[in-house]
Amino acid sequence: MNQDAAVDGVAAPARSTDRRRLRWDEFVPRLVPRLTDYWVTVYKRTWRGSVITSFLMPFLYLTAMGVGLGSFVDKNSASNALGEVSYLAFIAPGLLATTAMQAAVGESTYPVMAGFKWQRFFYSMAATPLRVADVAAGQLAFVAFRITLTCAVFLGVLAAYGALAGVLGGLAALAVSVLLGLAYATPMMGLSARLKNDSGFSLVFRLGLMPMFLFSGAFFPISQLPEAIVWIAYLTPIWHGVELSRSLTLGTASWLPALGHLAYLLAWFLVGWYYCVTGFAKKLSS
Amino acid sequence: MIVARGLRKSYGSFEAVKGIDVEVHQGEAFGFLGPNGAGKSSTMRMIAAVSPVTQGSLEILGMDPATDGSAIRARLGVCPQENTLDNELTVFDNLVVYGRYFGLSRAEASRRTEELLDFVQLTDKGKAKVDDLSGGMKRRLTIARSLVNNPDLLLLDEPTTGLDPQARHQLWDRLFRLKQQGVTLVLTTHYMDEAEQLCDRLVVMDKGLIVAAGSPLQLIREHSTREVLELRFGVGDNESMAAKVLDLADRVEVLPDRLLLYTDDGEAGLVAVHDRGLRPLSSLVRRATLEDVFLRLTGRTLVD
Repeated sequence: MNQDAAVDGVAAPARSTDRRRLRWDEFVPRLVPRLTDYWVTVYKRTWRGSVITSFLMPFLYLTAMGVGLGSFVDKNSASNALGEVSYLAFIAPGLLATTAMQAAVGESTYPVMAGFKWQRFFYSMAATPLRVADVAAGQLAFVAFRITLTCAVFLGVLAAYGALAGVLGGLAALAVSVLLGLAYATPMMGLSARLKNDSGFSLVFRLGLMPMFLFSGAFFPISQLPEAIVWIAYLTPIWHGVELSRSLTLGTASWLPALGHLAYLLAWFLVGWYYCVTGFAKKLSS
Repeated sequence: MIVARGLRKSYGSFEAVKGIDVEVHQGEAFGFLGPNGAGKSSTMRMIAAVSPVTQGSLEILGMDPATDGSAIRARLGVCPQENTLDNELTVFDNLVVYGRYFGLSRAEASRRTEELLDFVQLTDKGKAKVDDLSGGMKRRLTIARSLVNNPDLLLLDEPTTGLDPQARHQLWDRLFRLKQQGVTLVLTTHYMDEAEQLCDRLVVMDKGLIVAAGSPLQLIREHSTREVLELRFGVGDNESMAAKVLDLADRVEVLPDRLLLYTDDGEAGLVAVHDRGLRPLSSLVRRATLEDVFLRLTGRTLVD
């Protein structure tokens, strides 16, 4: 028996399975509701810490930027680049969008690596009827929940500051922020699944997140920047999120650009989902 | 329950499993015995329907893991080599949450959890964090978790590695009970005593291949004598002494710290050694074990 096997081995060296292609339906989650209890239990354990930061951050930002910097900008620009809009109203949707981005990246880096490396809970899920796409979608749903909550709190603080023109525009901007967050979460989850250790994350934060935060168009129109940077900004999801949110809260949205922004964010989300599921599959079913 | 033909697993250019044939029947306890790196865990991961088969065929519970992975896993219990318990959840929550993955209702999952905590004698630890449990308790909890879906087939990868003797015996006791209840067990181990205790039938694996198959008794009968005489002459002397006792046994193995003389009558062998005026520092006559079978088949010991 064993001799036969050895002869086979010489005749036909085994193929590598590293590049096993997933079927299209393996990207479609089916059993995600079964993960609800897990994530609810996790949330019950961790919500206290998240509540404080999600109230504190918008408070600090709006006081410093909106009120402090804003009064300075509004006073010194009789015919300003922002038109009739107050600086606070200008940056409010931008801050909402950047908050979504930061929450999304935060929730799809260390927590995802914990699931593979430190706590290994993804492996225990993968041993059950749950499939790779279910495991990834469970994490993603939790990320979406956290983004929604953080942004909703932020929106509430914005409203309290009188930074929103209308309720409908605000809610539409919230929806856009969640989509924006998901567009960041899926590729980041894919990256987190592939990284060997967490030292890569600091690179992501410093060289990715920080510049995107500063040049997102949240604090000033990017038309103020050199053209090369403007084009780079166009490629980032955050710029599209900021532009769309702002047009919604200021009531200046028009159909075609709005659909363009939405489509771009959706594309990041979907390509990111492909990258995410293939990354999870590399770890969970190799 | 399991039928594998020419089963292979490669990771890149590394071949972990090089073509094995295995059949596991309902109600039996089947073991994969071998040293670390023999390909046992890779085989187990394929049987657990998480790791795709590189080549060959594999059927689990009558289904193909490549297409019915989810349906297969629904009827399996898996106790992985490394604990994948959630350290920050309570003992109770770990089981309930896991039961929910199998589609159990919350009430059903809680009921099963109570039963299983009782079965693995952890009822009074229900509210404790997993972090606070001893190694043996964590292992028992992992076994309880693997039973939450009433599996037809229970896979145990190195179930007692790293446990102290008392914890091992406690665990074996639980596994015996499961076997009596008719659960089919498949386990890997590099402890020959574990394989002898638990397995009706086993295969010995080495370097990705099966080198022997049968019941523990069969294997010992086929590949070893009934008894083994162990002689210790002190480090460095064993090699030279081997030549002087070669004709007293069917076979002599030279290990760094001792000589093993394979013979059907160990006591008679020892008398003969003494008659030749040889004075080993210590001697021991014992029954042959799977360890001896492994040594015979591979020229190496199981635990290096």
